[in-house]
Amino acid sequence: MLAQYGYVGILLIIAILFTIIMPLIPLILSRIGVVPRKKTPAKLSTYECGMEPIGDAWVQFNFRYYLFAVMFVALDVLTVFLYPWAISLGDLGAFGLLSVAIFFLIIMVGYTYAWFKGALQWK
Amino acid sequence: MEIEKPAIFSPEQYDAAEVTRIVQLQQNSQQPIPDPDGWLDEELKRNVVLTTVDFLFDQARARSTFPFLLGLACCALEMMSAGMSRFDFTRWGLDIARWSPRQADLMIVAGTLTWKMAPAVRRLYDQMAEPKWVIAMGVCAISGGTFRESYSVVPGVNRIVPVDVYIPGCPPRPEALIYGINLIQQKILKDSLVRKHD
Repeated sequence: MLAQYGYVGILLIIAILFTIIMPLIPLILSRIGVVPRKKTPAKLSTYECGMEPIGDAWVQFNFRYYLFAVMFVALDVLTVFLYPWAISLGDLGAFGLLSVAIFFLIIMVGYTYAWFKGALQWK
Repeated sequence: MEIEKPAIFSPEQYDAAEVTRIVQLQQNSQQPIPDPDGWLDEELKRNVVLTTVDFLFDQARARSTFPFLLGLACCALEMMSAGMSRFDFTRWGLDIARWSPRQADLMIVAGTLTWKMAPAVRRLYDQMAEPKWVIAMGVCAISGGTFRESYSVVPGVNRIVPVDVYIPGCPPRPEALIYGINLIQQKILKDSLVRKHD
């Protein structure tokens, strides 16, 4: 029984050695001069599909997207729940149908509330 | 080491800076860059140990060239075809088509190169890790082809980057691309660790 777990130990050792050795190979090869090292400004600059990188990486988004994001998350969670439910609906029966209907109703009440409050309008 | 950047505050200034850059590149690349094959003739200093190590590294490099697919025009479709299951250049070791020059060895320039695109191609070539190889695929990449006289087309990719293998055709069939890959593998196999990469 214990000997079978030995394979896991061997695998662990191999994994640790692999993760240590694999980054070391290019480092050592470049240190002893096998891999050519040639640093140019273009090589050290940001890769932006060959274009000149302009602007800042910290781009600011409009705050109005926040409401859309919240609405999207609510409907997204609903979708995530609906897919596995739809697959196993045959086994769940009437109780499953009823519970998801109530859940759907709760989400929809919130959605309609936000809709009538004007959360979906860009203003 | 930083690239000098012009101060850009508006789209007009960006366009102006780009025009300046392109015109500058156009003036600097009137003559084709000579093909990097001079080292094939020169006698490289090898000893017994280095020959073995060379053999090992050259085999490893030649059989695992990661292509950087620079599909610029219709030749790109033949290149895609060569990568797909019917022709499948993975059989020659071009394992994964890389979309980042950082992880690629072999740049396949497939198609017409315009002056607008030329600075990007030069930058991508510069960003590739050493040692690097370039295939010019199709007559447009070789010499400009039909559009050679055009104001906007680079008459040959070798004005911008040094080219190792030229594959003629309009567009070349995938078999031709595979033949070109075989040629570049033969070229890599003649490489040595003592060669100075320029």
